[in-house]
Amino acid sequence: MKNDIWIVAEQHQGKVAGISFELLTRGLALAAKSGQKLCAMLFGHNIEESGLQELIDRGADMVAVIDAPELKNFLVEPYSQCMLEILRKYEPQIVLAGATSSGRTVLPYVAMTAHTGLTADCTELDIEPESGLLLQTRPAIGGNIMATIKCPDFRPQMATIRPRSTPQAPRLAGRAGTIERLPLPEKAKFSRVRFDRFIPEEEEFNLQDAERIVVVGRGIKKAENLPLIRELADALGAAVGATREVIDRGWLSYPHQIGLSGKTVTPKFYFAVGVSGAIQHLAGMQTSETIVAVNSDPEAQIFQVADFGIVGNLFEVLPPLIEKIKRGEKAW
Amino acid sequence: MRIAVCIKQVPDTKSVKMDPTTGTVVRKGVQSIVNPLDLYALETALQMKETYGAETVAVSMGPPQAIEAVKEAIAMGIDGGALISDRAFAGSDTWATAYILAAAIKQLGHFDLIICGERATDGDTGQIGPEIAAELDMPTVTYVNKLIAAEAKAVKVSRLVEDGAEEVAMELPGVLTVVKEVGEPRLPTLRGKLKAKSTEITSMALKDLELNTSYIGLKGSPTRVVKIFQPKVVRECRKVYAENEGMVEEAVEQLVGFLKSREVLAS
Repeated sequence: MKNDIWIVAEQHQGKVAGISFELLTRGLALAAKSGQKLCAMLFGHNIEESGLQELIDRGADMVAVIDAPELKNFLVEPYSQCMLEILRKYEPQIVLAGATSSGRTVLPYVAMTAHTGLTADCTELDIEPESGLLLQTRPAIGGNIMATIKCPDFRPQMATIRPRSTPQAPRLAGRAGTIERLPLPEKAKFSRVRFDRFIPEEEEFNLQDAERIVVVGRGIKKAENLPLIRELADALGAAVGATREVIDRGWLSYPHQIGLSGKTVTPKFYFAVGVSGAIQHLAGMQTSETIVAVNSDPEAQIFQVADFGIVGNLFEVLPPLIEKIKRGEKAW
Repeated sequence: MRIAVCIKQVPDTKSVKMDPTTGTVVRKGVQSIVNPLDLYALETALQMKETYGAETVAVSMGPPQAIEAVKEAIAMGIDGGALISDRAFAGSDTWATAYILAAAIKQLGHFDLIICGERATDGDTGQIGPEIAAELDMPTVTYVNKLIAAEAKAVKVSRLVEDGAEEVAMELPGVLTVVKEVGEPRLPTLRGKLKAKSTEITSMALKDLELNTSYIGLKGSPTRVVKIFQPKVVRECRKVYAENEGMVEEAVEQLVGFLKSREVLAS
């Protein structure tokens, strides 16, 4: 199991997190091109056994686990030491992690120590046919450009991958794979950061889990007009998101922000209302399945990524639309 | 307590425009500003200075004109500054940049705390903070949204994670990266601006630092940019116009039909 492709699986309170299965999707695509094996590393405490099997069912040929009380909560030093142990023992060619609060912390820490390159927040990955090198593509300069980056001379080639930028790998029951349990490395017993407590988000609001999102932009003109948006969202059974301009004006709170400086979302249905479509915003939503936009400006950039667009005044378009949707519901 | 704040001068991305014919970023006329997310790092340092007493130093690596960023930090209330600038540093990726910054920070003497912004708005990597920590063998806490308490040998902070916040305590010396929630950055004052004019900024070049020259600049960077391109947009938008009342009804009708075809609405 040397020179393979590795993903950094994540767990929360012992349960394997969804980002792990997104990373398997990425890993499987690369492994199919390069012919390498796909392995997963997972660190935590009291990790559910079924989760390890699920990693195999969804594509891992091997799962390396370190399960110890010291790894119960994410702490950069113990997690780095565990990852460095994997690097030493298995000499991966490629290591992919989620661009999450922990992935974006531990990967740079490890890359620096291991002296290798790390590309942040990739949205596309590929293998260069002639060299076999990992091609890592990511947005830069506020999403105005895309850059493709490689790491020719150092190993492993490391990248963090934007969450929700790819679907989770499907489960194939009965897939074969091995689980290797490693002891906690001596150095991982030591941490200069102490975890005190976790405070869950008060508002149970997770935009990234929503299958349908109605997104409001500056076209709404003022906070007083927001009930119209909520009415539309309610009629569609959708969550409410917003562009940065709406958040910056304090009309909605930051967890609602979609775009490069907010959340990346890939819902089944994305409805942009009064959203101009700044490139920074598009970077956070353009992989949504179906995109509809209403905007008074026929040249608005949002139409470039939309499947269906109404060029018109949202205050004239939404009321009859809401009415129609509601009526349809009753008929149903 | 001594605090270093790492800041970067970046193009004002709000004013970045794309050339529609060449598809490249138009740099002409784009203003340079202090990375907006670094202002929160500066603010955090200033709050610590006010509450606990601290000497604060702004450190920036960049071309000679990045001295303006350091001066702006001083105008906000930071005590001193250093500019790390050398042609040999050009083209450094995050690994090489962190390597150079760490060497410069070491050179500037002992710091109890190093504070960075969450990420720079041009590179958008957010890697420098943890990389500096690793290079200096310090602990790090990222995405800090609140400073709870500080003492000589430790800080207690809250950090934002996906589904909430974590309270952690970090031994000093250590590195924090902070997010917007730490507090609205103060504006430079007139007095600060005057002070910025008279404060001598330490300048550091390759010769002043203990560096392995094969680890710096474009050549010393593990990563290579091989291609830059404009994100392509591939959707055919069916546009309907609803510019007067009669058209609105027709447009809504078509939209509802479309939503049914995509199974957003029951048909």
